[in-house]
Amino acid sequence: MSDILSVDQLSISFHHGNSDTHIVKSISFVIPHNKTVALVGESGSGKSLTAHAIMRLLPYPSAFHPSGSITFESRDLLSLPLKKMTNIRGNEIGMIFQEPMSALNPLHTVEKQIAEALKIHQANTNTASATSSIKEQVLALLTQVKIQAPKTKLKAYPHQLSGGQRQRVMIAMALANRPKLLIADEPTTALDVTVQKDILDLLRELQAIYQMSVLLITHDLGVVKYMADHVLVMKQGEIIESGDAKSLLSNPQEDYTKQLINSHPSGNPVTLAHPIEELSTLLSTHHLGVKFPLSKPLFGRCKEFFHALKQVDIDLKKGTTLGVLGESGSGKSTLALAILRLIESSGDIHLDGKKVSELDGKSFNAFRRSMQIVFQDPFSSLSPRMSIKQIISEGLHLQGNLDQVDIDTKVINIMEEVDLDPEMQHRYPHEFSGGQRQRIAIARALILNPRMLFLDEPTSALDRAVQMQVIELLRKLQQERQLSYIFISHDIHVVKALSHQIIVIKDGDIVEQGLADVVLNSPSHPYTQKLLTATL
Amino acid sequence: MMATFYSRCSPINQRRLETFFRNKRASWSLLIFLSLFTISLFAEFVANDKPLLIHYDGDLYSPVWVDYPETTFDGDFDTEADYSDPYITNIIEAKGWIIWPPVRYYFDTHIANLPQPAPSPPTANNWLGTDDQARDVFARVLYGFRISILFALALTLGSSIIGVAVGALQGYYGGKVDLYGQRLLEIWGGLPQLFVLIILASIITPNFGWLLAVMLLFSWTSLVDVVRAEFLRGRNLEYVRAAKALGVSDLTIMYRHILPNAMVATMTMLPFILTGAITTLTSLDFLGFGLPAGSASLGELMSQGKGNLHAPWLAITAFLVLSSMLTLLVFVGEGIRDAFDPRLLTR
Repeated sequence: MSDILSVDQLSISFHHGNSDTHIVKSISFVIPHNKTVALVGESGSGKSLTAHAIMRLLPYPSAFHPSGSITFESRDLLSLPLKKMTNIRGNEIGMIFQEPMSALNPLHTVEKQIAEALKIHQANTNTASATSSIKEQVLALLTQVKIQAPKTKLKAYPHQLSGGQRQRVMIAMALANRPKLLIADEPTTALDVTVQKDILDLLRELQAIYQMSVLLITHDLGVVKYMADHVLVMKQGEIIESGDAKSLLSNPQEDYTKQLINSHPSGNPVTLAHPIEELSTLLSTHHLGVKFPLSKPLFGRCKEFFHALKQVDIDLKKGTTLGVLGESGSGKSTLALAILRLIESSGDIHLDGKKVSELDGKSFNAFRRSMQIVFQDPFSSLSPRMSIKQIISEGLHLQGNLDQVDIDTKVINIMEEVDLDPEMQHRYPHEFSGGQRQRIAIARALILNPRMLFLDEPTSALDRAVQMQVIELLRKLQQERQLSYIFISHDIHVVKALSHQIIVIKDGDIVEQGLADVVLNSPSHPYTQKLLTATL
Repeated sequence: MMATFYSRCSPINQRRLETFFRNKRASWSLLIFLSLFTISLFAEFVANDKPLLIHYDGDLYSPVWVDYPETTFDGDFDTEADYSDPYITNIIEAKGWIIWPPVRYYFDTHIANLPQPAPSPPTANNWLGTDDQARDVFARVLYGFRISILFALALTLGSSIIGVAVGALQGYYGGKVDLYGQRLLEIWGGLPQLFVLIILASIITPNFGWLLAVMLLFSWTSLVDVVRAEFLRGRNLEYVRAAKALGVSDLTIMYRHILPNAMVATMTMLPFILTGAITTLTSLDFLGFGLPAGSASLGELMSQGKGNLHAPWLAITAFLVLSSMLTLLVFVGEGIRDAFDPRLLTR
């Protein structure tokens, strides 16, 4: 018996009104002792559902299994009584979720949450000595997951911890009862690159200590390469390829796997007709700053501020892309919102030589047309109650002097330009995939013929293959329309594929700026160097 | 027509309609309520002391619509014909015929020839008996039901328009607007509503419009909080930011982008505001501060039941009508609430 878990012919379906949808179709795999198995696939391929099925966390009875069995140490998890199942959950099988902020209870301290995991599965907890020993165990766990100053973190609430620290607490909770199998559902997707590597290293180290098996669910092949012994590639609910990690990644058989592996953003930014120094400036800021009041006294002025952006100077040339690199919370999105005057800021903003930072709302509206924004999350940036045509044409209605025929032709033209079928203009956003939604968002931004676009992480919510298509679209548009981009991202590959110039932001300050080649190939600031080396 | 309405709804609304109609209790309640309400809207054709149609001397007359003097039917006086008087009906039937409504009493008809002193128990003529002023209880219930529902609908409409507008402004602009608005609401909510209503009702002569205005003063606040919360959340949504970046005006953003989100919360609360309005009107009537004396109202019937315990049909009728009306509305409200619940929709 060398396999700790074997999944045999497992299917997952959902009752959906009167019909059933079949999401996972008859998959089989095994997880050997003390090994890491990675389940890879794009979003919607059913990988998370498979993990939840192992824990029996699916929304039964609307979810059901037409076929299959899950055997964990010779027990069939699907037919086990619920009471025995709760004994296995969190005890013999631990789980780490993707989003540590929402997976931890915001109302309880770290100590209480880890202790709870211990208490549930340990019988004799009533005596005082047991209580104190639980505290010691919690402390030992926190030390083991290498959280800084573990003693002070005992009484901390989740919101007081950083993303990486929260993920460490989650790992501590999952490991509290020394599980034999750990299911890690996209454990690093929500984290910054510099933290991602630390967490993965920690997982590997703990795996060796605890002698446990790991089922790693991810869409990131960099993570797979770094962690896994065995890989399963999932597509539309089926496992299409599986095998040893090294051989599969170096010699993939299926087209889909090849596409996954080769879909790293690549290529070069649009070639410029003139050297970048000779181009004229479209947008510049001088000492742009944004601050939020921290504590607000009832009377008088606020004295303490959080500086989200400190004295930032940028210079965007016509027809070029300025890449803005930085981790979450560094202030890169704030920069875009401040320039668009969607939040209050101090300092000067010049657009085409005209100072726009002091204009009032009405006169600034004339300039809004030349600066548009595309947001990160294509699901929340489109109003779910408006049809595609309504969304795209919204900007046109502000011009006032267009009749319905003009609007119709403009919408059709712009949809063709971003490679969307104009036939789809009467559908609603929920009928579209992430990549298509992002194209809709780009079309909405372009319909007013702007001169520059802010792209706030436009690709980070998309699968790799789709990312590539969106980047190519952006390049094409830049070439044809002589657009300038401010491209905000934490992903170095994506920034590299588009940017002529790069600035690196940390804690609201620009720590490094210059031509893309220079910054990426010979970074001078230690933070930039760290960002580059942490990228898997 | 139903089908075209259905296909014009966005998919999410189609799913909501489906969820609502799959809920048997709610859809039956809605059906029963709507039919009762429709019948009560045509109460003049159901319970009236004027005939629906008269054929007299080769001509057709419809007294429900038009007032005819007695002389039309060769009577003696120039005043309006009193069709409950056998003298008139005998003249008419001699030269034609009369079509009567199913119940021959208007809500304020004093019945002259009762077999027992009023209040008299139910008979074949007075299906639910009469009250202590010799008026037919069925007719009064029918008209009282109608006025209750119409009042509640008007009040609900008014308070949701004001409440949504105030909540939207507070939530969208936030900051000082929100701060002062909330303080005002807190003070307003601290006023002793019922006593102010009673005092106001004794200063003015209450009628339908006055009562509506006075009760609107207090009932608009109930929606402000939910709408405000939706707008506070909604103003930071990315598609709202995108619209701002396009230069869309604030009012348009509120109306087109955020209000649809707030409508879910509003729609969920509406049926319960409706029942609350019915209850308030009935209690004011019961206390004698409501609609002017003589008008048909369930509250007045209730207080007659209290005053005439020896005539149990009064209290029992009022209780049954009121409780079944409120129950129907609550069932419909529950159905709407569940239909809007996203957890029941996904998967």
